[in-house]
Amino acid sequence: MGVIESLALGFQVALSAQNLAYCFAGVALGTLIGVLPGIGPLSTIGLLFPITFYLPSIPALIMLAGIYYGAQYGGAITSILLNLPGETSSAVTCLDGYPMARGGRAGAALAISALASFLAGCLGTLLIALAGPPLGEWALAFGSAEYFSLMLMGLVGSAVLTQGDAVKGLAMVVVGLLIGLIGTDVNSGLPRYAFDVPELVDGVGFTVIAVGLFAVAEIATNLERREPQTAYTGALTSIMPNAAELARSFWPAMRGTGVGAFFGLLPGTGPALSSFAAYMLEKKIAREPARFGKGAIEGVAAPEAANNAAAQASFIPTLTLGIPGTAVMTLMLGAMVMQGVTPGPQVVTGNPELFWGIVASMWIGNLMLLVLNLPLVGVWVRLLRIPYRWLFPCVVMFCCIGNYAVNNNPVDVYLCAALGVFGYVLAKLECVLGPLMEEHLRRAMLLSRGDPTVFFTRPISLVFMVATVLVLLFTVKGLDLRVHRRG
Amino acid sequence: MHLHRDILAALLFIAIGAFALYGARGYPVGTAMQMGPGYFPVALGWLLILLGALVGVRAARARDWQPLAWDWRPLAWISVSILAFGFLMPRFGLVPALLAMFPLAAAAGRQSRWHEVVVLTLVMSGFAAAVFVYGLKLPYRLVAF
Repeated sequence: MGVIESLALGFQVALSAQNLAYCFAGVALGTLIGVLPGIGPLSTIGLLFPITFYLPSIPALIMLAGIYYGAQYGGAITSILLNLPGETSSAVTCLDGYPMARGGRAGAALAISALASFLAGCLGTLLIALAGPPLGEWALAFGSAEYFSLMLMGLVGSAVLTQGDAVKGLAMVVVGLLIGLIGTDVNSGLPRYAFDVPELVDGVGFTVIAVGLFAVAEIATNLERREPQTAYTGALTSIMPNAAELARSFWPAMRGTGVGAFFGLLPGTGPALSSFAAYMLEKKIAREPARFGKGAIEGVAAPEAANNAAAQASFIPTLTLGIPGTAVMTLMLGAMVMQGVTPGPQVVTGNPELFWGIVASMWIGNLMLLVLNLPLVGVWVRLLRIPYRWLFPCVVMFCCIGNYAVNNNPVDVYLCAALGVFGYVLAKLECVLGPLMEEHLRRAMLLSRGDPTVFFTRPISLVFMVATVLVLLFTVKGLDLRVHRRG
Repeated sequence: MHLHRDILAALLFIAIGAFALYGARGYPVGTAMQMGPGYFPVALGWLLILLGALVGVRAARARDWQPLAWDWRPLAWISVSILAFGFLMPRFGLVPALLAMFPLAAAAGRQSRWHEVVVLTLVMSGFAAAVFVYGLKLPYRLVAF
C-alpha cells in the first residue's frame, strides 16, 4: 500500500463522527491542561488511563494523543501572558513571549506561537507518515539487546544533555531504575522490594508515580510562592501579527521543527529539551543576539515549533518500534497493550486502521488546535484569571479519584501521598528536572525489566552502546554539552 | 552555590542505595552470565552509593553553603487530604470522601478563604458525582455507611 492510499484509509477512520469527537475532546483537554500551570499531560493521561479501558482502541488512542500535542499549544499561552510556563516544554517561550506581551504584542506572540506549532504539527505528521513504515521494517531486526542499548543511550543522553547537573541526573536514573524493580521479577517470579505488601507485588503503577511524584509535589511547590501571579491581559486587542513578524518567524519555525523532530525521534529526549535547544540555536545564529530576551519573535516561533514537532515525532519510535521515547509515550504504549494492540514493528502492517487513523487524526487535531488557539484564544485567557486557590484543590481531587480508579484500592492513594512527599524533597534538592526526569523514570522502569546480557555481541546494539560510552566520556572530560535553562 | 542542597542530595542517594542493598540481601545474585533476581538491585545499589559519594565529595570541596528553604505546611495538608480521601472512600463513599478532602487540601493554601472553600467543596463534589458516577459509570457509591 502506498502512502497516499494509506493516508486515505487513515482519514476515512479519523473522520468518523466518533473519532472526530474524541479527537476534539483530546485537543481541547490538552489545551486546557497546557494552559493551567501545575498539571501536565503526563498526569492527565495517567488519570484518564483507567477510563479509556471502556473505549475502543482507536478513539482512546486518538484522544490520548490529542491531549499530548494539545498541551504543547496551550503551554505557550501561559508562558506569554503570565511569564510562568504552562508546561515545562514552553518554559523557554517565557523569555521572549512575555516581553512581547508587555510591549503590547501579546496577540502577535500568541498567533505566531499557534502558527509555528501548526506548521510543525503538519510537518511532524508528514514525517510519521513517511518515516514510520520503513523504520518499522528496519526494526523487525531488533531484539531485546537492541532495545536495551537504545534505551540506555537515550537515558544517558538525556541525563547528560539536560540542564543542570549530569551526575545528579545519572543518579536519578538509577533511582528510577530502582523504583522500577519493585514488584515481581519476570524471570524468577520472586517479588522484589515488596516487603510483604500485597499491592507492591504487582509493582508501582504508572498513574501513582506520575501523579504522586510530579503532580502532588508540584502543587506543594507552587503553594510556596508568596506573590500571586496575575495574567497580563491588558492589551489583547489585535491577534494578527504584522507582515514583518510573519516573515521573521518563518525560518526560525522551520528550524525549530527540524530540531524538534530530531529530539522527538531520539528516545530519551522530548519536547522540553527540544524547545531549549531550538531557542539556543536561534540565539546563536541570530544577527543581533542581543534582541533575544527582550521580545524577539524568533524566540517564540522556534521553541513552540520545536516542542510540537517533538511531540509528534515521538510517536514514531512508539508506534513503529514499540519504544517509548518519553514518559507520556510509555503511557500511550500501556494504553495500546490494555487495548489488546501489541506495540512494535508489526503495528503498521498488521493494524493499518490504527496506525494511519492516528496519523490522520493528528493532522485534523492540529487543525482543530489552530482554530482553538487563534479565534478562541480569549476563552483560554479568561481561564488564566481563575485564582490558583480554587484550582489546586480540584487538581488534588482528580489525583485522588484517578489513583483510586486504577484498582479501586486505597493503597494506591496512600502510595501517591507518600510519593508526593518524596517528589517534593527531590524537587527541593534539584534532583528532579521537570518532565525530563519523568521520562528517565518511566523508561528506566521499562528498561529494568529488560534482559541485560547480550548488548555487545549484536552490531546495532554495539553501536548504541559505543555511543553511550562516548557521551559519558564527553561528560567526564567536562565538555559542556548541557543546555542551560535560563540563558 | 547550592552546596547545602547537594550534600543533602548526596546523603539521600547514599541512603536509597544502602536501602536497596539492604532490601536485596535475601535475593540470589547469580553471576554475570546467569543473573539472579538480586544481580540488578545490588549493582544499582552500589552504583547509586558511588554517584551519591561523587555528588557529596564535589559539594564538600567547594564549601559555599547556602541554606535551603523548606515549607512543609502546604505539603503536609495536601498529603493529609489525600490520605483522608483514601481512607474514607471505600468506607463511606465518594461524597463524604470529597467533603473531607476539599477543606483539608484548601488548608494548604495561604490565600484560601473559608466561604469560597465551602462553595468549591459543594460544587466540585456534585461535579465529581455527576461526571464520574453518572457520566463515566465508575462503580462507586455516592454515600455508603
